[in-house]
Amino acid sequence: MRQLTVNPMVPRPRYVQVYMEMPIAQRTVVINNPQGLHARPAEMFARLALKFDSEIEVIRDSLRVDAKSILHVLTLGAAQGTELVLHAHGADAEAALEALARLVDSDFTADETMSQESQG
Amino acid sequence: MKFIDFVSREAIRTSVEVDDKEQVIRSMATALLESGKIDQDQHDSIVEAILKREELGSTGIGRGVAVPHTKHPSVSELVGTVAISADGVDFDSLDGEKVHLLFLLVSPPDRPGDHLRALENISRQLRDETFCRFLKQSKSPEDVWQLLEEADNNQFV
Repeated sequence: MRQLTVNPMVPRPRYVQVYMEMPIAQRTVVINNPQGLHARPAEMFARLALKFDSEIEVIRDSLRVDAKSILHVLTLGAAQGTELVLHAHGADAEAALEALARLVDSDFTADETMSQESQG
Repeated sequence: MKFIDFVSREAIRTSVEVDDKEQVIRSMATALLESGKIDQDQHDSIVEAILKREELGSTGIGRGVAVPHTKHPSVSELVGTVAISADGVDFDSLDGEKVHLLFLLVSPPDRPGDHLRALENISRQLRDETFCRFLKQSKSPEDVWQLLEEADNNQFV
């Protein structure tokens, strides 16, 4: 792998400095609800992610997607038992992942979708 | 799961004229009925279940795409269809955009995996701008079917 060399004598542009100083957070979650990360949980997830300023990504194996897009989150096809890595970069990175992990850990309990659908 | 595994070719509709969420869902269910994929006496029950699901949160997933769906005990396998609206349908999507591409899914209650794989396939393919644009521009069900087949053969991703 090519190593990036940085000349310490040359200051980085200010915007690069600001970006690089932003906190980074990462944590692993496991999808536990039997239906998996289907439309309703994906919507709840993206909607919650949108409340934060940080860039947030969800990673499954080699797939890396934007947490703030339902379309992206659905491409994970995350069934029960799937392990996902959440990665955030920004001022509120830690808070964002804390909130998102709590949503996943609660098995998206605000989700009533399946109970009504099964009635037919 | 590929498009051709769950999309009913005969139930694809282009140039959908209605601009109202309930009407478009009803007409898509009717298309499934006309192509023999759902039973006459289950039609209203399916429409009702899909609308009830929409009340919990819109299935407008962004980029002009919606995936109205329900589980229903009257189907033994996942059935689905596609509708294209040139003018767009108001769907309360997360991104506020009108919906032009609709994928309606009815799945057996005991097969959550199939439903998830269909959603995964739809969203993965629709991330591709070109595929989205071509679909929106489709003028006939044959055009749509051809695009779905091409997508299944990974010509877009």
